Amino acid sequence: MKAGGKLALWVAILFAGGAAVPFATGLAVLAVLPAAEHDVVMRVLAERMPLVVFGAMALLALAAVVARWFFAAYVAPVATLAERTRAARSAQAAARVASEGGAELAQLAREIERMAADMRRLRADADARVRESRADLEEERNRLAALMSELVEGVLVCNDEGRVLLYNEQARALLSGEPGSSTVPPVGLGRSIFSLIDREQVVHAIEKLERSRQRGEAAPRTRFVAPTGSGRLVKFEAVPYRGARAELGGIVFTLGDVTGLLEREAQRLAVLQSIATQARAPVANIRAAAENLARYPEMESERQRQFVEIIASESLGLSRSIQGALQAYGEALKASLVLEDMRVLDLLRVAEGRIRAQAAVEVELEPADESLWLAVDSFTFVQALCFLAARLKEDYRVRQVRLRARRADRFVELDLGWRDGVVAHDALVHWEHEPLSVGAQESPLTLRDVLERHGGELWRQRQGPAGEREACFRFLLPAGEPVAAPAFPPAAIESRPEFYDFDLFAHGGTAQDLRARTLGELSYTVFDMETTGLAPSAGDEIISVGAVRIVNGRLLKSEIFEKLVDPRRPLNPDSAKVHGIDARMLEGQPAIEEVLPGFHKFCEDTVLVAHNAAFDMRFLELKQKSAGVRFEQPVLDTLLLSAVAQPGLQDHRLEAIAERLGVPVIGRHTAVGDALLTGEVFLRLLALLRERDIATLGQALDASRETFYARLRY
Amino acid sequence: MSKKVLIVDDEPNIVAALEFLLEKNGYEVKVAVNGVDALEQLDAFRPDLVLLDVMVPRLSGYEVCQRMRTEPRWQAIKIVMLSAKGREVEVSKGMSLGADLYVTKPFSSAELVATIHNLLRPQGA
Repeated sequence: MKAGGKLALWVAILFAGGAAVPFATGLAVLAVLPAAEHDVVMRVLAERMPLVVFGAMALLALAAVVARWFFAAYVAPVATLAERTRAARSAQAAARVASEGGAELAQLAREIERMAADMRRLRADADARVRESRADLEEERNRLAALMSELVEGVLVCNDEGRVLLYNEQARALLSGEPGSSTVPPVGLGRSIFSLIDREQVVHAIEKLERSRQRGEAAPRTRFVAPTGSGRLVKFEAVPYRGARAELGGIVFTLGDVTGLLEREAQRLAVLQSIATQARAPVANIRAAAENLARYPEMESERQRQFVEIIASESLGLSRSIQGALQAYGEALKASLVLEDMRVLDLLRVAEGRIRAQAAVEVELEPADESLWLAVDSFTFVQALCFLAARLKEDYRVRQVRLRARRADRFVELDLGWRDGVVAHDALVHWEHEPLSVGAQESPLTLRDVLERHGGELWRQRQGPAGEREACFRFLLPAGEPVAAPAFPPAAIESRPEFYDFDLFAHGGTAQDLRARTLGELSYTVFDMETTGLAPSAGDEIISVGAVRIVNGRLLKSEIFEKLVDPRRPLNPDSAKVHGIDARMLEGQPAIEEVLPGFHKFCEDTVLVAHNAAFDMRFLELKQKSAGVRFEQPVLDTLLLSAVAQPGLQDHRLEAIAERLGVPVIGRHTAVGDALLTGEVFLRLLALLRERDIATLGQALDASRETFYARLRY
Repeated sequence: MSKKVLIVDDEPNIVAALEFLLEKNGYEVKVAVNGVDALEQLDAFRPDLVLLDVMVPRLSGYEVCQRMRTEPRWQAIKIVMLSAKGREVEVSKGMSLGADLYVTKPFSSAELVATIHNLLRPQGA
């Protein structure tokens, strides 16, 4: 009801109320009066009618004045106050709440204003706290991402369903080699780990970890070696992490490449095998001949010469095969799994510190060549150096030792020298077989064991002009191979944070009906294709496929699929102007039948998204059969979604939508560039769709269909 | 005057073969079966060359070699080390300790004799 109507109603009510009292009183008095007096009163009233009417008018006027005052002071201000309160609630800055109404209302307004101020303060506090913790979280995540990408090892974390939550570039390279390969399943956030690692291995690892936990082991871990899609042999170390209720939350895998090591291990076994088998026959022949010679000394000289000949030639062959096998063994010896390649300089620095601390001997470290590497078990080797320093001090009062190293052919000479003591020649002879104990630190190993383990030798070497007083113990150890620092493009740094997504922790099962899932929680593959023309049924072909993934509402720019395709037909020179791909670039590229299986794997478990998807899907449908795959995923079209989200607008070209939604249009007309742009547009469209209460995939598909038919009719 | 060779080895089979071969080639030969024995023979027999096996009892071949090279009166004696250990680090150790040659088993006896002959040839001849 309008304010005017309300006012009129109130005036009427007040007037009726005000008039009712004298009127009713009059009627009651008239009812009890005798008839004669009744007539008199009626007559008097009739004579004074103008007075009665005036009284009624005065009453009406009074009612109007009262009602107006009441309205102005209490009714209208309440509505205004309510409006101002609402404004104050949603306003960011202080909004004044006051009332021009009655004193009581003004008081109420002051109270509301105070409350609004309190609320604003609280909200600001809460906002600040949220911002702070978000910034902390972001910083922590970036730190983690940076750490992960610095690691030499691959790291991959999955939840208890086997979905990948986090991985680094090293893990990706070990598991799937070249990105975009058509035969190897890609590594990606939210993807199943079982396509990357043999399911049985993972299940077995989980069982082992669970058993360790039940036994109450503090830090359960398990390891296994498995081949991966990249063709490498990888050592996995699995450590569980706990969920909020101490159940198994998931597994952290550390990955290391052991391809080379295992090859060398196999080589070593082969060497031993070959010695054993190659030696048997010649030894048998020699033995038979020698036994004959020994048993029949009187045999004729011709026969004797024959046997001697046999022994000579067989021993020569045996000598050679042993020599050959041992040479090979020398190489294979480095395969020992306890030895790791280490920069000599680093080893010496570690030794320097330990000798000072444990043996209490001063150390002078001579600068060593940066490029010098050793295959070394650094812990026991440093222990050995410590032991020697300690014994030099105890037995010969050596107070300072010198460490230095230099290359000697395929070996490294590492000297532990001294200048201030005469050390007996046979000192090493006694020390070699003693346990490597320094102070309280006991070791079951001897110096000899350490040398055997490293395939090295040790002797006392004289040096320098000071003669006996200046000498050293010289280690000769097989040189190691430099461990290349992982060479990953620095460009990856920018996209680092995409390698993990902890929000996936919260993900439920995947078995839910896709249609009922909300758009925000689904994973998408946004793709685009360049083609030779617009008519697939008339023989136009795909020449490039580009795709990018969206997981948990984030466009993963580092998880990209990008392939050029040989169309096996000439290119229309006009189309080259659009996509910039010429025939030369397509030479030697795989055919679509080879590309689609890889793309199919890339799209696994996701909803497909494309701009004007019908066009791309038409090409895919024509090609999927010969490629032996089927694209059965739901498909969303950004063109249709844009029409749903902004029905009043006509222009739904990709650029137009992008401009409207504030997405910078760059890198267009390459398949990946368009896919990225479509992905950005799609994410913004999702926000607009939410405002229109389109929240689930089912709703989005239905709305798309409707608008599609609507556009057809139009 | 024939040159003198001291064989230091505790394996009778190889000793028998080497002794026979060297005597056939006109050398005067003596045998020591351990490191301590070898050091004693150095002064008693005064060899021109020592065929020194690395793995002999009491004092290892390396030690015998090292002691010989720190003692001035033994400097002129040639040392040929024999070893069943053929790893390069061991060869390097032997040479570093002052051996003139390090020969790994198995070896050709004829080549060994030729080598010894070369080592004992008067300098400049």
